[in-house]
Amino acid sequence: MSPREQYVAFMTIVRKEIKRYLRIWTQTLLPSAITMSLYFVIFGSLIGSRIGEMGGFTYMQFVVPGLIMMAIVTNSYSNVVSSFFGSKFNNSVEELLVSPTPNYIILLGYIVGGISRGLMVAVVVTIVSLFFTHLHIHSYFVVVVVVLLTSTLFALAGFINAVFANSFDDITIIPTFVLTPLIYLGGVFYSMDLLPAFWAGVSKLNPLVYVVNAFRYGVLGVSDVSLTFAFGMITLFTIVAFTYSLHLLNSGKRLRQ
Amino acid sequence: MIPALTIENLRKVYGGGFEALKGISLEVQQGDFFALLGPNGAGKSTTIGIICSLVTKSAGKVSVFDVDIDRDFAAAKKYIGIVPQEFNFNQFEKTMDIVVNQAGYYGLAPGLARQRAEKYLKALGLWDKRDTPSRMLSGGMKRRLMIARALVHEPRLLILDEPTAGVDIEMRRTMWDFLKKINAEGTTIILTTHYLEEAEALCRHIAIINHGLIVEHTSIKSLLRRLHREVFILDCVEDTPENVAIEGFTVRRVDSHTLEVEVEKGQYINQVFDELDRHGIHISSMRNRANRLEEMFVNLVEGAA
Repeated sequence: MSPREQYVAFMTIVRKEIKRYLRIWTQTLLPSAITMSLYFVIFGSLIGSRIGEMGGFTYMQFVVPGLIMMAIVTNSYSNVVSSFFGSKFNNSVEELLVSPTPNYIILLGYIVGGISRGLMVAVVVTIVSLFFTHLHIHSYFVVVVVVLLTSTLFALAGFINAVFANSFDDITIIPTFVLTPLIYLGGVFYSMDLLPAFWAGVSKLNPLVYVVNAFRYGVLGVSDVSLTFAFGMITLFTIVAFTYSLHLLNSGKRLRQ
Repeated sequence: MIPALTIENLRKVYGGGFEALKGISLEVQQGDFFALLGPNGAGKSTTIGIICSLVTKSAGKVSVFDVDIDRDFAAAKKYIGIVPQEFNFNQFEKTMDIVVNQAGYYGLAPGLARQRAEKYLKALGLWDKRDTPSRMLSGGMKRRLMIARALVHEPRLLILDEPTAGVDIEMRRTMWDFLKKINAEGTTIILTTHYLEEAEALCRHIAIINHGLIVEHTSIKSLLRRLHREVFILDCVEDTPENVAIEGFTVRRVDSHTLEVEVEKGQYINQVFDELDRHGIHISSMRNRANRLEEMFVNLVEGAA
């Protein structure tokens, strides 16, 4: 395929993905807005007012970056895992597999679909958060880079989950039993300073710690971990996940007989 | 002229060790209407799956319009349009979107994609359903949607895996007419079917596959010429006598207005008419008792078993 044809194929996948989650917006966009509003009300406003300051900021200001990142992570992951597994389940993935679209374009199309949903929900959650607190962005560059890298990483993770999933149960196991605990233990609601030294060390094995803290740095200018190390880890995870996803597509594992 | 499809020593061994294809070779010429027949599990769908990349081959070579799929599968895929046996589109997407998206996967710009989608949805009688979610379509409409989707990039080779399964007789005839038309316009067509009358009505060449091997690869005409015996049913205008005998032929009286006559290879059916005329029996119509190709198919498949 010529570069122009590849671009058309890529945009076709992206448009299809966006159309899909907008068509079912009550299942894809609305739940995050409602859940995050509840977090803001309960943890930020009601409980947060009694906690006082954390990391030099009001508790509400402290949790907002983590909650936005939580929405990005879950939505970019969910979009790709449900869309790609759905197309495997109803065999419509064959529409792509029989076409001359290169595998990396297929992968990029799904990733950008996942990123776009993550971003859309992030914008909604940020707007909701403005009803509860004032947000001052410390570094737009860090915010943009972290958001793009994180949504890419978790879109890829969703893709890998979808390739290996055999049933709809399989696409809920990872988000429920792995992703959600890692997010909660990733420093969304607390500073690592509060943890005993041992648990603070253990937490550094959690990739969500780097994601949440890098984003918090972009918004508030504070982080529990080194920003350079955080960027390095997110980039490394993203490269590994992309390479492995492309390998899965090229080998046809669980996609071709 | 280069062949539309060349298959050489194609083998497929599945994970469990089952050998679905045992080294088949096949050639389909440009412009042909080709039937790939065989009982269930013979290897037809595996062969088609390999040609369009849904199944990975274990060994052998496949070329589409002289493009080796191992060297440039993307270029080969552009030549192919595939209509699978099972519905494989997103049931929640609209008819028009399914066809337009498929065009996009082949690199057709959105404007041209919509133009082509309109052309083929109209040709297949689905234009009125363009905004209908595909799950709301009838079985026949879904089959036609898959044909429109397969044609949207205007492939030179169209492969249909049992396209008329579960389609009513009228719709089947309409689909036959459509396929004949696009074949006449130059598209090479490969068809698998369980309806042997379909293969006889549409196809010029045939390959019969059984237990992963090609047991016959010839023209339909030459295959039918090999039939040793045909049984004709004759509908008579008047009541026929109890014992009708024609020298050299086996004649059976089915009922008062129907006779069955066996005609061996080398005999002429004119002799039957002459004799019946002499007996004062007039024939209003005549047909084969069984589909001729079906008889040959059963002979070949059972012979190879």
